[in-house]
Amino acid sequence: MSSTTSLETDRKADAPRQGTPLIEVQNLKKYYPIKKGILSKTVGHVKAVDGLNFSIYPGETISLVGESGCGKSTTGQAIVQLDPPTEGKVIFQGRDLSTLSNTELRQLRPQLQIIFQDPYSSLNPRKRVGDLLAEPLLVHKLADKSEVTRKVDDILEIVGLTKHHRNHYPHEFSGGQRQRIGIARALILNPKLIVCDEPVSALDVSIQAQVLNLLKDLQQKFQLTYLFIAHGLGAVKYISDRIAVMYLGKIVELGTTEEIFKNPRHPYTQILLSAYPVPNPHLRNRNRVVVEGDVPNPANPPKGCSFHTRCPLAQSICREKTPDLMGSGHTVACHFPLA
Amino acid sequence: MSSNLLEVEKLQTAFKNDKGEVISVDEVTFNLKPGETIGIVGESGCGKSVTSLSVMRLLGKSGYIKKGSIKLGGNDLAQLPEAHMRHIRGNEISMIFQEPMTSLNPVFTIGNQMMELILLHMKLSKKEAKMYAIEMLKKVGIPRAEEIIHEYPHKLSGGMRQRVMIAMALSCKPKLLIADEPTTALDVTIQAQILELMKKLRQESNTAIMMISHDLGVIAEMADKVLVMYAGQVVEEADVFALFDEPKHPYTKGLMESIPHLEYDSHERLASIPGTVPTLKHMPKGCRFHTRCPFANEKCKNEKPPLLSINQHDEHKVRCWLYEDQHQQILADTQREVHA
Ligand SMILES: Nc1ncnc2c1ncn2[C@@H]1O[C@H](COP(=O)(O)OP(=O)(O)O)[C@@H](O)[C@H]1O
Ligand SMILES: Nc1ncnc2c1ncn2[C@@H]1O[C@H](COP(=O)(O)OP(=O)(O)O)[C@@H](O)[C@H]1O
Ligand SMILES: [Mg+2]
Ligand SMILES: [Mg+2]
Repeated sequence: MSSTTSLETDRKADAPRQGTPLIEVQNLKKYYPIKKGILSKTVGHVKAVDGLNFSIYPGETISLVGESGCGKSTTGQAIVQLDPPTEGKVIFQGRDLSTLSNTELRQLRPQLQIIFQDPYSSLNPRKRVGDLLAEPLLVHKLADKSEVTRKVDDILEIVGLTKHHRNHYPHEFSGGQRQRIGIARALILNPKLIVCDEPVSALDVSIQAQVLNLLKDLQQKFQLTYLFIAHGLGAVKYISDRIAVMYLGKIVELGTTEEIFKNPRHPYTQILLSAYPVPNPHLRNRNRVVVEGDVPNPANPPKGCSFHTRCPLAQSICREKTPDLMGSGHTVACHFPLA
Repeated sequence: MSSNLLEVEKLQTAFKNDKGEVISVDEVTFNLKPGETIGIVGESGCGKSVTSLSVMRLLGKSGYIKKGSIKLGGNDLAQLPEAHMRHIRGNEISMIFQEPMTSLNPVFTIGNQMMELILLHMKLSKKEAKMYAIEMLKKVGIPRAEEIIHEYPHKLSGGMRQRVMIAMALSCKPKLLIADEPTTALDVTIQAQILELMKKLRQESNTAIMMISHDLGVIAEMADKVLVMYAGQVVEEADVFALFDEPKHPYTKGLMESIPHLEYDSHERLASIPGTVPTLKHMPKGCRFHTRCPFANEKCKNEKPPLLSINQHDEHKVRCWLYEDQHQQILADTQREVHA
């Protein structure tokens, strides 16, 4: 495994982050009201996403990792404008999306696509695959009737299905094939960015690799930019150029894949990485940092650094002052980052 | 070598439905010693849960053990009357599931449920049972156990509920604990806590564990030996180190290569197994993996391979025709040793 070091230094990780970002996320917040009683009075807010700042550069894959409920899906949905943010901006190719009219936004939508963990729930079971794929093209007036069939056939080939699949219904496909249909549906609009929200989590191990390879091939072929959300660390390592680690609605660390894995600086990142079981029994007695307790309630996050309640290194300042994301390139939000 | 606690021999489990019978699990054979952990790994639908539910004899109305035996102590669980089986469940074997809420009753407090179980299986007074329940909760790392005992299950987080399940499962000191994807629904940091807890308790109690998971990482972390299942059958059995260092079955190899390792170089493509797992209704003739196997030949397409032993001590077995020569060689060597 020693040869990987030289290869890793020339990976494309650093290359695409020059020039203007495709997406800039500025102080993004999404608060969901908590309602109680028969009058549905708002009694508080779930701070699902609480002040995110980061950029996505053309052609890169940036991953969001963190435990369930930390705000990954909310972030993805806010970026593709599925769910408007409570505060903050999403700037796409220099244009602040919050200032656009509905017509302008509709024209932009095809360029920002999303695929989900369970494509089945997002595919109408009563429609044939051909129609499911033609639909977005017709809705966005991106092809006329005469072109549609050819485009659908082409996209089916591209994602590893055949044109004969056009006449089948979603339930006739396996999980992996359905995810290919989900990918085809996003891809057919010729997007710039695809948010991949846990695209392989519901698939069997042997099928996950097929879909990950497909996503990687498509990225090269069509110069796609990905915001990738995933559970498995291996998949993240395999697909990402950069990784943002989230905890309770905030980014606690952001860096290149290599930096995050080799030199994690936030105690939470270190704990998260060491928590993953490694498929190598020789490493089973490695020194791992096991964190105590549960993730706090996002409706009532701890004061100061939100990780301080579980952090083995917490000191008094951590309970009072929220640390900012600091540094250049590799950034970390911690009063006492690891060396 | 100590003797076996559990011996499962050629287990075949079937379900009846309106169209007839489907065989879910076929020719599953393995042994387990006291204190040993066997990992059962494979993709969804390959028969992991049905195997464990067969051992528990919790197959519902439509399921039944059609062939084979499950020996625990002097009993064959496949033959035991239900009344006797009920005594064994909870006492000698207990089980934890992926979603603890399926086995916790939402309308009773944690304490009620634990005490009911303890009183049923142990000769203790009510007061002693309560003390013991608190002791068990503390043992699995539940803070404020004296208060938690009065809570209802939905008040607890997923990780805490799974701890309660483990406390309940271990409270009657079972000889065998079956854990069916016990950490799959949990976050990784909580999964790490639960796995560490299970390791600690296993060491203290010498309980044998059947650890079921689709995650090769969890298996590598926990198991002493491993069964790899594919399409209802065991395709490989080996010591955990042998399995990960030198997987033999083409399916096991494919599975190992298709998980993105952390040491993976991003320039490489992931290896993947083509195609999909066959369904019970469309099981291929011959070897069940042959339609996806890069090494399949005529024999594989037509003849079912048996589980072949490929080392001297019968510890590494593979259901694959590619190892027939190696198996014959081992047989011959063993014969020679016996005659010498
Ligand atoms: N529509 C919603 N209404 C109220 N709360 C929500 C909604 N969607 C998500 N949340 C809450 O916001 C937080 C972040 O959720 P999510 O972005 O889905 O996290 P992740 O994808 O990282 O698991 C969670 O606490 C979740 O319960
Ligand atoms: N109650 C049941 N009735 C009919 N078929 C079942 C039942 N339970 C499981 N099966 C079938 O048995 C096979 C093995 O399932 P299972 O053991 O649950 O797989 P897994 O390895 O995912 O735990 C599957 O094909 C499943 O559909
Ligand atoms: Mg999510
Ligand atoms: Mg199962």
